[in-house]
Amino acid sequence: MDKITIEGTSKTPTIIFDSEAGLLELKGRSIPENSIEFYKPVVESLDKYSQEPKDKTSVNIQLEYFNTSSSKCILDLFKKLESIHKTGKDVVINWFYEEDDEDMLEAGEDYQAIIKVPFKMIEVTN
Amino acid sequence: MSFERSTTKCALVSNISEKTAMKFDIYSFYKKMEHNDIMLSFKGDITSELLSSMLQIMETKLENLDEQPKVRKKVYNVLVECLQNLYHHRDEMRADMSGDEAKNQAIFMISKNTVEYNIMTGNFVRSDKVGSLQARIDKINAMDKDELKQYYQDVLSLEGFSEKGGGGLGFIDIARKSGQKLNYEFLKIEENFSFFSLYIKISQ
Repeated sequence: MDKITIEGTSKTPTIIFDSEAGLLELKGRSIPENSIEFYKPVVESLDKYSQEPKDKTSVNIQLEYFNTSSSKCILDLFKKLESIHKTGKDVVINWFYEEDDEDMLEAGEDYQAIIKVPFKMIEVTN
Repeated sequence: MSFERSTTKCALVSNISEKTAMKFDIYSFYKKMEHNDIMLSFKGDITSELLSSMLQIMETKLENLDEQPKVRKKVYNVLVECLQNLYHHRDEMRADMSGDEAKNQAIFMISKNTVEYNIMTGNFVRSDKVGSLQARIDKINAMDKDELKQYYQDVLSLEGFSEKGGGGLGFIDIARKSGQKLNYEFLKIEENFSFFSLYIKISQ
């Protein structure tokens, strides 16, 4: 089974994907120039996971910034989660945003409008 | 030995400054930038390293200004999109044409006055691309907040991915985050090239 841990940098997020635990986490900032390349291993692992997913998959997205180049890659991840959810498995996306960060809340709502997976919007107070 | 070396250096320095003081009026550059409240400006090739450095400088500056987190994030977000636009565009231009390196260059400026931040970018575009670029921006400028939100979601969920990854979301995102119209201008420089200026305001 897959377990991916990618350390965050000033341009890329910390990513944890633990297929055994059914857990995916993105934290920090996602502003690489080439996000397709950056997200490739995670997209691939999640794709593999979606063939044989756990009964419950939890996803935590806690981003400070992300660029439009990353937004398509994040959507790709969410689409894989949507396909898991469609098979009747439990999937939840926890979308964290900092207090007053309306832009990040709206970004979460954008995904919520596109992806048919339960979203939980969670405000983080400083 | 070391003394000798330093005097030569001094002579050289004073020699250069006499000459350049005549050619370039540095003080007038300074005054212009001061008058326009420029926080950071750059002209040249926008490489990946340079992009990272500029973002780092601006992040520190915004932190030092004690800006509200909300505004700080907006400014930073729009900066990222603008600079990455220039960066990807440079790649496109390089692939597009051989030779004229100067046309790959760009200009970038950010300023701050008491009410708003201004981000200005300028770059060369092929004249045959002006029409479609203009149409894209005009379409965005004609939309209100809710229409922009819907349009962003539509473009985001479209199948397919452009090489550079943005998939045409950059301008929509800039318009949404800044909450203002995108001011732009195209200047025809020569037969095949125009200069594209973009001016974005972000209220504090």
